[in-house]
Amino acid sequence: MSDGTFAKNENFRSWFMDKLLMGMSWSEYSRRLITPFNIVAAIILAIGIPVIATRFVYGLASVTHASNEYPWGLLLGWGLFGGVPLSATGFVMGTAYYIFGFKGYKPLVRLGVLTGFMGYLFAVIYLLTDLGRPWRIYYPMIIGFGTASVLFLVAWHVATYLTVQFLEFSEAILEWLKSRRVYRWATMIVIAMTIAGIILSTLHQSALGALFLLAPGKLHPLWYSSYIPHLFLSSSIYAALCMVIVVSYLVARFVRHATDRNFLENLDPLTVGLGKGACVGIFVYLALKLIGVAHDDNWHLLNTPYGKWFLVEIIGFVLMPALVLTYGVKIKSAGIVRLGAFYALIGIILNRMNVSIIAFNWNLPGHLHHIIPPWQEVVIVLTIATIHILIFRWIVSRMPVVREEPGYSGGH
Amino acid sequence: MKRLKKSDKPEEKTVISRRKFLVGTAISIGGTALLGNYKDASAYKEFPGWPDRFGCLTDLTQCVGCRSCEKACNEANKLPAPERPFDDASVFMEKRRPTAKAYTVVNKYENPKDPNKPVYRKIQCNHCNEPACASACPIHAYTKTPEGAVLYDPEKCFGCRYCMIACPFYVPAYDYESPFEPRIVKCILCYDRIKTGGIPACAEACPVGAITFGKREELLKVAKKKIMNNPDRYINHIYGEHEVGGTSWLYISGVPFEQLDFPTNLPKKPLIEETKGFLGAVPVVFTVWPALFGMIYAALRHREELYNKKKGKEE
Repeated sequence: MSDGTFAKNENFRSWFMDKLLMGMSWSEYSRRLITPFNIVAAIILAIGIPVIATRFVYGLASVTHASNEYPWGLLLGWGLFGGVPLSATGFVMGTAYYIFGFKGYKPLVRLGVLTGFMGYLFAVIYLLTDLGRPWRIYYPMIIGFGTASVLFLVAWHVATYLTVQFLEFSEAILEWLKSRRVYRWATMIVIAMTIAGIILSTLHQSALGALFLLAPGKLHPLWYSSYIPHLFLSSSIYAALCMVIVVSYLVARFVRHATDRNFLENLDPLTVGLGKGACVGIFVYLALKLIGVAHDDNWHLLNTPYGKWFLVEIIGFVLMPALVLTYGVKIKSAGIVRLGAFYALIGIILNRMNVSIIAFNWNLPGHLHHIIPPWQEVVIVLTIATIHILIFRWIVSRMPVVREEPGYSGGH
Repeated sequence: MKRLKKSDKPEEKTVISRRKFLVGTAISIGGTALLGNYKDASAYKEFPGWPDRFGCLTDLTQCVGCRSCEKACNEANKLPAPERPFDDASVFMEKRRPTAKAYTVVNKYENPKDPNKPVYRKIQCNHCNEPACASACPIHAYTKTPEGAVLYDPEKCFGCRYCMIACPFYVPAYDYESPFEPRIVKCILCYDRIKTGGIPACAEACPVGAITFGKREELLKVAKKKIMNNPDRYINHIYGEHEVGGTSWLYISGVPFEQLDFPTNLPKKPLIEETKGFLGAVPVVFTVWPALFGMIYAALRHREELYNKKKGKEE
């Protein structure tokens, strides 16, 4: 080996370590890792990873209820149905910025794309944990085409959209790796990818709702509405805006070293702006929700126990956050908008839990007793969520997500 | 008002030349050939189900709860031995359902007409005309055979269990215990037997003839006749005639089906109809969205250019 290549290799190695350790030395980096959050995370992983291993060695029966009446539990109710609307961030921010020309929101676009990409990736991970034979995940693409199935559509769209989002985010990865040539290609396809993202998101956000159209006898009529695809899609839009509000705040608070002045200075006014969008979205959703009840003429059901729960959902977790958001926007308080956004997100998750778990099989005897998940399933959800946060933080700390990389401005 | 008769029309004098006539004839013949026979074309497409499909008719007034059907099913399909023997009546203490180890189970219900004569209900796959499980499956692991049986292929299944969500009768069971080869388990209408002229094991084993096997059309006639001849014995409802588009397995009963835990809140059309509208919108989104959003992008770009030009002039 000549000295030249040796030096080159050594250069590459130090460049690479520099990227991974964010310019710190090993000892300094590992000392920085000991924080209260990381200790809690480590404890969760220490308990959770063996539980996940149990599931793969002993089967689903060892960690879930394994019920024939309740084939889907918390893993999908939380991970897939709750996670996907919160991951509409990539498509909503991409559309706002690249297509509609809301150029002022640039500091938040990449964060939106990354949140979306990671959200989908982890929705797939929850799914892989729940599938009976996860190693066959590609079967709908190659082995058999169930074209009459809404789930076939979901499978294809989530797979393609994950790729699209990766391509959208590749800009940031390439800047991080200081690539020039591939970078230029990546910026060229961004408009096409954004439009592809709109198509795929419109369809599969609504498809997640449409999955339940096949079960009119099982889902409570107040949640089973012919509008359910529209309800899922419209709520995902304000979910995305609220998610960006909340995630950007958490990043500014806890991963501050990765941000730049541009991001921090613009955060408050942009938060109020996003809040305005979320207000429009949440009121559209509320209207659709009421139209859904009117369309099926289900008013009389409101005075039943499930009807009251439905009212709790739409008044306590749609109307109330909508009012908080409106008030925050009105007095231009980023803090109140953040509070409203967080509240609205809880509402979205509650809605998806209602559709997939609480109002599903409502007419079976002992229903509410059956839906309490076993502790193992809760631990698995917590573990996957923790890994999600850790990887997200790892990327935000290193790649130019909430800061601009000097020398790169993007093509748009 | 009088209908306008053909003869009321003023006589039209037209002269058709030989050439025009030939061309016209050629066009009509060619056109018909090209378009095909459109006499039976309809804007509404309906699948009435395979014409000669088989089915079973369970007469719940006849069933005595001996569980011979469960035993015969277990043996015919080589299922694992049950926890409690088939002659153990203590199983009736609870309401059971088909599981990964049993294609069919019989449950006991009180009879409001005669407390001394309980009603027994046999549960198994109803083999829908247009099965929701099959429309739910993203990998096409289910087949509705022309003989009527709904079959499942574990070689294709990846275990999403959406079929279980979709089945309105809570039939498919999942083998959750198995870590590496979990699969859906459900009644197959003894497909191998009926294909070779046999009858399902449960129907064959029933000592009181409560299960009749035959062509679905014939079974419907039998059921209607029974109800007509014994209006006091039966309620006027053949469960499975119309439920979710009709099922191969039919039931007649002396007690309202609702009291026997039959789902009675189901639509009469096949469940796939519920998702057709949504799936129909998919290609529209694929074609219209790029044009719509591309246009918005172009319009805003155009505006930006105009603005830049104006600014350039001013400077």
